[in-house]
Amino acid sequence: MSEEQIKNLEKQFDERIARDEKIEPKDWMPEKYRKTHIRQMSQHAHSEIIGMLPEGNWITRAPSLRRKVALLAKVQDEAGHGLYLYSATETLGISRDELYEQLHTGKAKYSSIFNYPTLTWADMGAIGWLVDGAAIINQVPLCNTSYGPYARAMIRVCKEESFHQRQGYEIMIKLANGTPEQKEMAQDALNRWWWPSLMMLGPTDDKSVHTAQSMKWKLKRKTNDELRQQFIDQTVPQADLIGLTVPDPDLKWNEERQSYDFGAIDWDEFWQVVKGHGPMNKERMKARVGAWERGEWVRDAAMAHAKKKQERKEKQAV
Amino acid sequence: MKNENLYNYILGIADNSLILGQRMGELCGHGPNLETDIACTNISLDLFGQVRSYFQYAAKIAGDERSEDDIAMLRKEREYKNVLLVEQPNTNFAYTLGRQFLFDVYHLAFLKELQKSTDLTLSAIANKCVKEVSYHERFSSDWIKRLGDGTEESNAKMQEAINDLWTYTDELFHQTNADKAMLAEGIGVDVTKLKEDYYNRVNAVLEVATLNTPESKWFQKGGKEGIHTEHLGYLLSDLQYMQRTYPNMEW
Amino acid sequence: MSTKNWPLWEIFVRSKNGLEHRHFGSLHAADAEMALENARDVYTRRNEGVSIWVVESKNITASNPENNGELFEPAQDKVYRHPTFYDLPDEVKHM
Repeated sequence: MSEEQIKNLEKQFDERIARDEKIEPKDWMPEKYRKTHIRQMSQHAHSEIIGMLPEGNWITRAPSLRRKVALLAKVQDEAGHGLYLYSATETLGISRDELYEQLHTGKAKYSSIFNYPTLTWADMGAIGWLVDGAAIINQVPLCNTSYGPYARAMIRVCKEESFHQRQGYEIMIKLANGTPEQKEMAQDALNRWWWPSLMMLGPTDDKSVHTAQSMKWKLKRKTNDELRQQFIDQTVPQADLIGLTVPDPDLKWNEERQSYDFGAIDWDEFWQVVKGHGPMNKERMKARVGAWERGEWVRDAAMAHAKKKQERKEKQAV
Repeated sequence: MKNENLYNYILGIADNSLILGQRMGELCGHGPNLETDIACTNISLDLFGQVRSYFQYAAKIAGDERSEDDIAMLRKEREYKNVLLVEQPNTNFAYTLGRQFLFDVYHLAFLKELQKSTDLTLSAIANKCVKEVSYHERFSSDWIKRLGDGTEESNAKMQEAINDLWTYTDELFHQTNADKAMLAEGIGVDVTKLKEDYYNRVNAVLEVATLNTPESKWFQKGGKEGIHTEHLGYLLSDLQYMQRTYPNMEW
Repeated sequence: MSTKNWPLWEIFVRSKNGLEHRHFGSLHAADAEMALENARDVYTRRNEGVSIWVVESKNITASNPENNGELFEPAQDKVYRHPTFYDLPDEVKHM
């Protein structure tokens, strides 16, 4: 294809997206669109899978049977969501094994928030409330993104995820209304998860490299800073309501903007964690790679068995 | 307690699901593939659902302040009545699935009998559980066949797991005092009668899986009387951690 | 190694009797039985189905969007296939 032909196709392609048409797997698409989608979708899938670990941690220690089943179901959903997203990514011509390979070798990124440790039960509340809350703000607009399989996966994810944040907030309510010890546990979790949750919504707009292109492709509907503001505005009243204090001395309602002003985020910490030096980066990777390697003989056995079964079937048919 | 035998009988049933559910729950996020992770979590969720039904009923029978969580998490090690089989660790996926399979075959047969219980609550719980456990049994026996009749390596691993777990199978058919009392009242199941069919079914699956039935006739016992393997203590310290560290709180 | 990876399957679920099977998504499984079991656990966790079909993805032949012009556009102007093409007197309310 000549350069001009490609330009022409790209123009038509952009027009289709501008008209709100969906792009489907076998449609022509610019290479950059494919690559960007593989990157973002797989990063999203990896985040779900790595995200299972900090919470999975507390399944065996959940304080009641009711909490235990809710947490189990939630972590299971994350596996499901990872699965939907990997499947959607696979429609772009890359296999899940290749995607795992990228994750396991550190080539692919996942949400840096999962590199923080879950130290107390209240962290289950904080993660559900804050981390899932921030994720939902990010994800809801994606239900309408331009790539069909991604949009469909996100619709399913958002539908299922609606209980996750409630589950977390309910844990926090219970703690905040509990004994002084419990309330302290809740406040401590909020203190530790607040700033990482704000960072989770991505670098500030002036530092974010992908925003303009992603906006055009509807991979993003709002900028990181807009999403962050939305998150803060919706979360602060929820903290107030249960008597917890957001750990930001500069936090203040701005009557004119009808929004909260907030303090400076420690972006050095963010980049440190992104670059692999967070408290749990190594542990998370070790757990992930370990599970995959320990599972190899199981996966191989299943394939070998399937092959034998197929051969027996064919023999019978002859 | 007026109905101590019934109470103990329910705990004897429910503790198996509790401890096995806890073991399965440990694996969430660490399985060989996403799909298997989701499947194993489903089994764990089914088991904990069963536990809650049983313990809620037991709490009612106890008739005091104790809740399902008190029963689940605030007993001492010697007061847990689960069989030794279900507390065995997730040494590898062959042990996990082997343990599941050896228990599922028993569990399914047991629930089918419990459906006939004259205790309406128990028979109602059994009616619900029997569907879940039929699926568990299908799932685990399919996997035994896959791993047994897979690669040389998987066959060896599966065989090793079955050999090691075999010693815990006989205990499934031991009668406790509560068992005898409940059997006499038409409430309980005669587990001794399940034994023959159990080994037939297990052997049939092992055969398809190209695995050998272990020949050992030496069996371990004691779980039903609260004499456990060393593994249970560690499991309980996780299970009970929150309730022990922060007593008398609502979660 | 790549031959040992579990292949991809497409999952179709009937959400209740009376409805058709609808494409729900895909997953990996070593064989058809496992695909069914996985589909049950992955796609019907919330009571979404009463029947499942699984098809290995490689067995699906799809039309090529490049041919969409010749495949689908010729149907656009065949308005006589639609009831609104035909004129009826106003007195006839339903037909």
